Amino acid sequence: MGTTTTKTVAVTGNQAVAEALRQLNPDVMPAYPITPSTGIMESFTSFVSNGKVDTETILVESEHSAMSACIGASAAGGRVATATSAQGLALMWEMLHIASGYRLPILMALVNRALSAPLNIHGDHSDGMGMRDCGWIQLFSENAQEAYDNTIMAYRIAEHKDVRLPIAVNMDGFIISHSIESMTFIPDEEVKKFVGDYIAIDPLLDLDHPKSIGALVLPDYYMEHKRAQHEAMLNAKKIISDVSAEFAKLFGRQYDLFESYRLEDAEVVLVALNSAAGTIKDEVDRYREKGVKAGLLKPRVFRPFPYEEIGAALKNAKAVCVMDRADSYGGYGPLFMEIAPAVYPYRQGPVLFNKIYGLGGRDLMPLDVDQVISETIEVAKTGKAKMVKEYITIRN
Amino acid sequence: MKQMNWKELPHAGTILKAGNANEYNTGSWRSLKPRWVEENCIQCLFCWIYCPDSAVNIKDEKMAGFDYDHCKGCGVCAMECPGKKGNKAIVMEEEGK
Repeated sequence: MGTTTTKTVAVTGNQAVAEALRQLNPDVMPAYPITPSTGIMESFTSFVSNGKVDTETILVESEHSAMSACIGASAAGGRVATATSAQGLALMWEMLHIASGYRLPILMALVNRALSAPLNIHGDHSDGMGMRDCGWIQLFSENAQEAYDNTIMAYRIAEHKDVRLPIAVNMDGFIISHSIESMTFIPDEEVKKFVGDYIAIDPLLDLDHPKSIGALVLPDYYMEHKRAQHEAMLNAKKIISDVSAEFAKLFGRQYDLFESYRLEDAEVVLVALNSAAGTIKDEVDRYREKGVKAGLLKPRVFRPFPYEEIGAALKNAKAVCVMDRADSYGGYGPLFMEIAPAVYPYRQGPVLFNKIYGLGGRDLMPLDVDQVISETIEVAKTGKAKMVKEYITIRN
Repeated sequence: MKQMNWKELPHAGTILKAGNANEYNTGSWRSLKPRWVEENCIQCLFCWIYCPDSAVNIKDEKMAGFDYDHCKGCGVCAMECPGKKGNKAIVMEEEGK
């Protein structure tokens, strides 16, 4: 670690993200290390100690303080990053809204982990889904390469003048954060050129222009502020596409708002986030060989959610199974709740159903996906789902 | 004053003009009003120090009455006022009395 190369390297997801952060060289990185994101700070603080970055790390007393320090440093005019997981993110929750409300382009590496209780340190998406309404841009990553690439693109998206919102890059705890995969790094100077210098808007350290942030806003103005925040989020969709197109041109890896895998003519479609997509792709291939028109849609951008684009991509499918690695007790899975309104305008669209899988790091095996695809084929044939929401990878 | 719509708001709601709280009159919030009893005032300026707004007027380094456009009537000044020989130099009275 520490030297970049275009050669293929073998690293963990945490090392890949730490390497991206080294190349981004933020001004300030406040953090309170928590499993499974600890490895990011472990690597990054060694970069600080070895003089590989100019970053000021602040080891704070809690995640609430970590996010508060991020907000202070960002409002002062610095480029800021942090890393966290699960309970850490939950403790930041109050400050997440402050970061987005102040329109501060803070970067968070979020290594997805299940929320307690029961206490669990393994990967699911309950932490990331819990920050859905906090006003942060949310990118999801299937593997170490995608987590690295998303991190490299993050500041370009978050800092764009039409956006100016904080951004979280998600990857699966342990499955990705602690597994060694082969991937490639972009050379330092090319990252530097791609990301560019940070130009803060209204920084507090511009002492010639004193200003106040965080003033009380009563019913006469609060709603206007929130509407402006929604607009910034809508703008982010185009900026993410633009930045991703530029990234693809320079570095050869193509990203969009979501990934379509054998989706074009697919009649039987699975929708899933993050690492599960890898297993699903293998099973889709297997079914394709058997002549089944199967496909996968893997959302990369969860906020802003690309409803129109995903709706258009799914409208010709016969059956769609949305797979959630997080739950809403007494409701549907959070991804299902986004896919349903995306498909809603197409009254003759696919039959939708929802599987909750892999909570607390429970493995999703090829056989599980095989069963889901086979059920989706059945739903496509009959036009009816037996159960709209059901748990899989579970002892019944 | 015409209110801005959501497109006209400054970025992040940042207040770019320092000290413009002076333009926002909060005196109408008041239900109790401080009255200065000058003969009991020893010019300790506790009222000026404790006022959570900036509603105590000072002239030539001396207490010179209240800024009723901004005083919210919290009564902290009257509470802190030591007065003279047991008689307060600031008393709170009902607004409109």
